[in-house]
Amino acid sequence: MKMFRSSKVILTLMTAVFLLVLGAANVFAAKQAPKQKNIILATTTSTQDTGLLDTLIPIFEKETGYFVKTIAVGSGQAMAMGQKGEADVLLVHSPDAEKKFMSEGNGVNRRLVMHNDFIIVGPASDPAKIKGLKSSAEALKSIAKANALFVSRGDNSGTHAKEKTLWKKAQIDAEGQKWYQQTGLGMGQTLNVAAEKKGYTLTDRGTYLSLKKNLGLNILVEGDAALLNIYHVIEVNAIKWPKVNVNGAKAFADFMVSKRTQNIIKTFGVKKYGSPLFFPDAGKKVENLGK
Amino acid sequence: MELIVQGIIKAFELLISFDPEVMGITWLSLKISGTATFISLFIGVSTGTIVALTNFPGKKLVISLINTGMGLPPVVVGLFVTILIWRNGPLGFLDILYTPYAMIIAQAIIATPIVMGISLAAIQNLPPNLRLQILSLGASRLQMVWILVKESKLPLLAAVMAGFGGVISEVGASIMVGGNIKGYSRVLTTATVMETGKGNFDVAIALGIILLLLAFLVNLFLTQVQQRQQQR
Repeated sequence: MKMFRSSKVILTLMTAVFLLVLGAANVFAAKQAPKQKNIILATTTSTQDTGLLDTLIPIFEKETGYFVKTIAVGSGQAMAMGQKGEADVLLVHSPDAEKKFMSEGNGVNRRLVMHNDFIIVGPASDPAKIKGLKSSAEALKSIAKANALFVSRGDNSGTHAKEKTLWKKAQIDAEGQKWYQQTGLGMGQTLNVAAEKKGYTLTDRGTYLSLKKNLGLNILVEGDAALLNIYHVIEVNAIKWPKVNVNGAKAFADFMVSKRTQNIIKTFGVKKYGSPLFFPDAGKKVENLGK
Repeated sequence: MELIVQGIIKAFELLISFDPEVMGITWLSLKISGTATFISLFIGVSTGTIVALTNFPGKKLVISLINTGMGLPPVVVGLFVTILIWRNGPLGFLDILYTPYAMIIAQAIIATPIVMGISLAAIQNLPPNLRLQILSLGASRLQMVWILVKESKLPLLAAVMAGFGGVISEVGASIMVGGNIKGYSRVLTTATVMETGKGNFDVAIALGIILLLLAFLVNLFLTQVQQRQQQR
C-alpha cells in the first residue's frame, strides 16, 4: 500500500511538472516570432531607466510586426555587442567612441536622434562650493581641490566616457585618488550611491529627473556646452556580420528619426516631471545643438 | 522603514488587483524555474544515483567536483552560456540568446549539481546492507535502484527544493542570457534589479515580497508531499 501511494504521488508530481513544461513550451512558441522578426537593440541604461523605450517600442512593434529585444547596458558594452555582430541596432550616447566604432566599419548610417544634457549633482551642503559655476571643468577642479567625494560610473558607459573627457579638460588625474570612487553600476544605482554617501556625480538629466524624489541631491552645475548629451542610432554593419537583421535594424532606426517618434520624444516626461527629458534632433547637425 | 511599509502595501495592491504585468512576470518565473528544476531532477538524480552506487577509480574526485558545482556562481554560468549561444558562437545557429529557453538552460545548469550532490549523499546514506537485502529477495538491478531512490525520497524532495530555491532566486545568469525583455524574458529577480535601478524602491520591494511568497508556496507544496510520506 505504501509503495502504491508513494509512486502515485511521484507520478502526479511528474505529470504536473510535465504539463507545466508543455504549457510553457506552447506559450513560448506562440510568442517566438519568425527568425528575422527579432531585432536586438543594444542601448544605454538611461533610455530604459527613464521609461522612454517602454513608450516607444510597443508603438514600433505594433506598426511593423517586429519584435524588439532591448538589452539595456552601458554605451561601451552596447558598442562591444555591435562590434561582435551580437546586436542589430544601437541607441547610444558616447560620440567619440561611436566615431571610432564607425571608422572601424562596424556600423552604418549613424543618425542623430535626440539630446539632453549632463549635470553635476551633489549634496545640498556642497562642500566644494561648485553651485552655480558655469564651467564643468572648473567645478571638477574645485571638487578635486576640496578632496570632496566624487562617485563615478566607472563602467565605460557614455556617461563615464563624458566624465573622463571632463577630467581631462580639467587636467586632473582623478583615478586612484582617495576621494574618487567607481561604482561599476548603472546611472540609477550610481545616483543612489552618491546620495547615500553625500558625494558628487555626473548624470544625464533624464535619469536624475526620474529618480529625484528619492535622492536628496541637487543640480549644482548645468548649462555648460561641454555637458551636452547626444544620442545617435547606428545600424550594425550587415556586410561584416551576415546574421544581422539588416531590415529590422533599418526599420527601427528610421522609426527613431521619424516625425511621429520625434514628437513623442519632445513631450515625453513633461506631464510627470514638469519638463521634457529629451530634445528631438533628427535631421539636425551636432554642431548646432544646444544653441 | 517607511519605504518597506510602502513596499508591502504596494505588493498587496499589485496582488489584489491582479496587475497583468506582475502576474505575467510571476508566472514566467515559475515556468522557467520549474522547467529548469524538472530538467535538473532527471539529470541530477540519475547521475547522482549512478555515482553513488558504482565504484570506480577517481570517484572521490568526481564527488568533490559535484559538490563544488553545488556552489556554481550564476554569473559565471551566464557568461559561458552567453558565449556559447550568441549568434557567432558555436551554438549560435539555435538562435536562442535572449529567450526564455536560454534562461531555462542556464538555470538547469545551476540547479543540476545541487540536485546531483544531494541525491548522491542521500543514496550513499542508505544502510549498505539494504542493497544486498533487496537483491537477495530476487529484485533485478533496475528494481533495486528504483527502490533505493524511493527509500530516499525525503532527501530527494529536499534536493528539489534546494534546486528550485537556487534558480528562482538567481539573477546573474537570467539577466545575461534572458536580457530582461519586457513581457518576454523578464522574471521577478531581473525586474527587481531594474526597478531598483529606476529608483522605484516600492515596486522593487513589492516584487521581492511576491518572489518570497512564490518560493514559500512552492516549498509548502513540496513539504506537504514530503512529510505526508513520512507520517505513516
